[in-house]
Amino acid sequence: MSNAKKGDWVQIHQIVLKPEERTGKLPEDTKKVPLELWVKGFLNHDANLYDEVEITTLTGRKVKGELVLINPRYEYGFGEEYVPELLNIGIQLRGILKGGDNK
Amino acid sequence: MMKDLSFNAVMNRKNEIMKKALGMDYSIYESGGIAFDYEKMMRDTGFGLSDVMKIQRETGVGNTPLLELKNLTELVRRISPKGKGARIFVKDEACNPSGSFKDRRASVSVYMAKKLGYKGVVAATSGNYGAAVASQAAMRNLDCIIVQECYDSRKVGQPEILEKQRKCECLGAEVVQLTVGPELFYTFLRILEETGYFNASLYSTFGIAGVETLGYEIAIQCREMIGRDPDVVVATHAGGGNLTGTARGLIKAGAVNTKVIGASVDLTGLHMASDRAFNRKSFTTGHTGFGVPYATDPDHSDVPRSAARALRYMEDYLLVKQGEVFYITEALSQLEGMERGPAGNTSLTAAFALAQQMDEDKIIVVQETEYTGAGKHPLAQLSFAKKNGVEVKFGNPDEEIPGTNIILPENPTLIKVRHADMDKMRKSYIKNTLNRAKVDYVDDKDIEFLAIETKTNRKFVESVLEEFGIKK
Ligand SMILES: Cc1ncc(COP(=O)(O)O)c(C=O)c1O
Repeated sequence: MSNAKKGDWVQIHQIVLKPEERTGKLPEDTKKVPLELWVKGFLNHDANLYDEVEITTLTGRKVKGELVLINPRYEYGFGEEYVPELLNIGIQLRGILKGGDNK
Repeated sequence: MMKDLSFNAVMNRKNEIMKKALGMDYSIYESGGIAFDYEKMMRDTGFGLSDVMKIQRETGVGNTPLLELKNLTELVRRISPKGKGARIFVKDEACNPSGSFKDRRASVSVYMAKKLGYKGVVAATSGNYGAAVASQAAMRNLDCIIVQECYDSRKVGQPEILEKQRKCECLGAEVVQLTVGPELFYTFLRILEETGYFNASLYSTFGIAGVETLGYEIAIQCREMIGRDPDVVVATHAGGGNLTGTARGLIKAGAVNTKVIGASVDLTGLHMASDRAFNRKSFTTGHTGFGVPYATDPDHSDVPRSAARALRYMEDYLLVKQGEVFYITEALSQLEGMERGPAGNTSLTAAFALAQQMDEDKIIVVQETEYTGAGKHPLAQLSFAKKNGVEVKFGNPDEEIPGTNIILPENPTLIKVRHADMDKMRKSYIKNTLNRAKVDYVDDKDIEFLAIETKTNRKFVESVLEEFGIKK
């Protein structure tokens, strides 16, 4: 059984340049890592996660790469933890406007 | 025959790929020396201001409200010496279709792409510009690819950039995401070559012509609301197109006495191409990591000659701290009822500091806002910063160290005007320009050009050239 079917919406991954192929004026930490690329599209054939696959992107480009996600979701939001520091700012500023201590 | 797609082969085809993807030949503006004909290059878009406005009306861009921030102005007056506290107005550019002034910038490029018969547009951007191009392309039935620098080597992405990915995809664009590094340009060129799409560059003449309407509208709206031109317009500065286009529009409106001031978040010390530092900053644009290199070396962009030339127009350059911008972002929502994004609020923060030094009857216009929401909100940014080992605390913002801490001002009086060293930047611009042109000799025309480019005079340019040992 394959994880992903032809026509599924997926994300693939490529190494564009290996560390030794990088050319930019780079700081040491970046020189040690490859230049990587991710793009999404419709899978052109059944496949398993981490297989080398081919997709058709939204603009109709055929791109090959490693299958890394199926139906990739958006994972960001308003932060993993609440930031209570922000609460103080509004309270302080409204206080100043209402005529309280300001300095 | 298959094309050679290796890094060197593609980079060697750069000029050819660019010429095809831009639909224009930049070489005709060159003098052979340092100088090039900027104004002719801008005129050759073939569009006057009213043509640009017409193009923008077609897709609902521009004509955004100018709002007076009365409570924020009142706050400034409460903490300033008597008689100080200029009135602060803001141009609510978040009202554009994709949520920022970048719609103006994308509008003319996408119009041109359509007119010239391209099937799609490509832009290299991690920011609002991607959403703007995607939105304009959707309205004009063109395909769109956005190439983003998005992740570090752990595949951890800046929440703000991830939001931009979502927005572009939701507007029907294809988004290609890369890890940190300037070799993004190689991928960008390959995509241009493969698709034959138009390069909707941030730095093209079309892009900057599109922003001119912003400056123009500010002058007209100010005259309607208060009967005169603003004293100061503050622009968040990164690549320089925002400031350049706005300043040019003000001049076209005849607001020649209005001072245009740039503002950036001070990220001194963080290397922009560093895999580790990438996620230790909380701002993805409007910071010195772009602002300084683009102002001092505008032609390192993705077009042969950038139309964004900030030093020509910038009278002062103010630096603000990350913590201050978050603080002012909160102030804008809590005191004015407007939730807006961080990049626009960078210039608002500078305006807040500047207003404390200016008389009550003076007018400062903050020339843009941007939308906010998941990924772009201070809650998202600060939570992400903490997770990446950056300390968030209250204190004196002067002690903020980018990448190490974010210091929220303990009280608003700590938000102070800090000037960047403009003369140092002007010198560095001249040096970069000499290096690019590979000359050790300059003529009269070059000196004139350098004086205009740096908004200085022959005397200044000649003294810098002498310092560098350049012959006349
Ligand atoms: C909302 C907003 N303001 C300001 C800027 C800075 O504009 P520029 O890069 O033209 O200096 C950007 C983009 O980088 C932006 O998205």
